[in-house]
Amino acid sequence: MNRPEREAAVRRVMDQVPPVVPPDLHAEVVRRGARMLRRRRAARRVLWFLLFAASVAFVVWAVMARPWVEPPSETTPPLTGW
Amino acid sequence: MRPRHASQDARRAREFKSFVAGAAGRLLHAATLLTAEAPDDNPRARRLLTLALAHTYACWDGLHGEDPYDRTRQYLATRFARGAWHQYGGLFGTRPHPASPLAGLAPQERLVLVLRLYEGVAEEQTAALLGLPTERVHTICDRATATLLHPPRGPAPTVGGAKVAAS
Repeated sequence: MNRPEREAAVRRVMDQVPPVVPPDLHAEVVRRGARMLRRRRAARRVLWFLLFAASVAFVVWAVMARPWVEPPSETTPPLTGW
Repeated sequence: MRPRHASQDARRAREFKSFVAGAAGRLLHAATLLTAEAPDDNPRARRLLTLALAHTYACWDGLHGEDPYDRTRQYLATRFARGAWHQYGGLFGTRPHPASPLAGLAPQERLVLVLRLYEGVAEEQTAALLGLPTERVHTICDRATATLLHPPRGPAPTVGGAKVAAS
């Protein structure tokens, strides 16, 4: 028995008695798929919201703390008595 | 804006419904062969197929011309490969049903056989999908073919199968 014959024999074995597709398959698939989509959308929304909240918090902190302003020198003593 | 959305959704639902109607029979047959269940009692195969089709439904808009059947089959195969390790193997795993034509094979052999011969996926694609070398897929396919056509008798089926494949 050569290769094509063997493969054809295996195909014949596998092709016996196809199972019956359940009638409610489409409804179940759409239900699950829609739930998956909803969850994905919700997760994306939460992530965007977190990103937005983090950037707002950063801006507020930056405006309050002004990290770009040079801090007053602490080594030179203040000039007094002029 | 809203009517256009609604008509798009309706078209999408129609397309998906016809896809399921066309592909479900063949995919369910493949899934039943994978899980080695009887054709009239296949809860695991149905579950596998439902999950794969739901996944396709969820990324239907992102297919961009890719074949949805191909995508579903890929998901089905990888999900079975992931689940087979702890679900169907081992001492406490469920036994294959004797009514299944592939009952005498290991899960990986069934997977390769179904992809290669039932679905007709090329050897390279099967290898890429399963993360195996091409030669390994070739060997597994040969061994599974031999085991299927000449079922070994006696208590050591894997040794008999390997001997047939090696000759």
